[in-house]
Amino acid sequence: MSWETIAREGFQFFGKMSASISHEIKNALAIINESAGLLEDFSILAEKGRPIDPERLKLLAASVMKQIQRADGLIKRLNRFAHSADDPIKIIDLNETLELLVSLAQRPAAMREARLDLVLPDHPVMAVTNPFLLENILWLFLDFLLTGNHKVVQLIPEVTGTGVRIRLVGQFGFPVDPAQAFPSEREKALLEALRGELEMEPQVGEMILSLQKNF
Amino acid sequence: MRILLVDDEAELVSTLAERLSFRGIEADWVTSGEEALKQVEKQRYDIAVLDVKMPRISGLALKKLLEEKDPQLKFIFLTGHGSEEDFAIGSAEAGEAYYLIKPVDLNLLIEKLKEIIRT
Repeated sequence: MSWETIAREGFQFFGKMSASISHEIKNALAIINESAGLLEDFSILAEKGRPIDPERLKLLAASVMKQIQRADGLIKRLNRFAHSADDPIKIIDLNETLELLVSLAQRPAAMREARLDLVLPDHPVMAVTNPFLLENILWLFLDFLLTGNHKVVQLIPEVTGTGVRIRLVGQFGFPVDPAQAFPSEREKALLEALRGELEMEPQVGEMILSLQKNF
Repeated sequence: MRILLVDDEAELVSTLAERLSFRGIEADWVTSGEEALKQVEKQRYDIAVLDVKMPRISGLALKKLLEEKDPQLKFIFLTGHGSEEDFAIGSAEAGEAYYLIKPVDLNLLIEKLKEIIRT
């Protein structure tokens, strides 16, 4: 197992997700900036005798509040993501981990005209694992599927007799690009670190990541 | 001067368009590259202000497509990138176009618009 590969991938993954979130925060700030600017414009126009429409003011206030909530949500996600690197081994609920990952990856997916759907059971799916490495490998799987131009990818966590598994269901065939070896060394290194197994079922459009009960 | 604003954040471009109109600049807005390509067939614009990161057609790809439809059209890019390095890379890719970082300074945008029109 190459810890050098894992560390390099980890930094790239962290950087990519952080950049994506900071980009979205910038968008929220840009809207707040324009809304504040428009309020200023209305004030200047009011000083010149043009009446202000109270409905417009209400809409602008609502827009500002919406964007503040959006930015706050993004910062909370970034904070949760950052803390997922705190513990090398942790008991996690896969439902929560996947919720976080999907919320982080939804915009990069949208940029590729795709959507990520989370299909969660009504009970927790507990696992003992390295949360950050798990998020990293799942992102690499998603990145692979999205590169294959899949419009919708479902993520489904499940309890199995020997541990847990995450099914990624799309409509994909292998190999998407014959030159693209998958899983490559980086995915293999992460799989080994997580003591996980990957099954690829191109006929039914599934990738399945299985994790053992005992890490 | 008539400009076209293109950004997938509708609230951003609609507000920006209204603020520009208060300053005597006619600005239409759309929220995707596809809409922008249709819009330039209906209306001639002096400058297109494009968000860099948009679903399906990125700002840089859209610039090339719009140039094919109207070789006279000039461009300004809006980006959420925060670093000087990103800015430099983007500027190089965008050729002669200008880059502005979000949140946009409206006075700077107007200054750039006027500068492009003058040249």
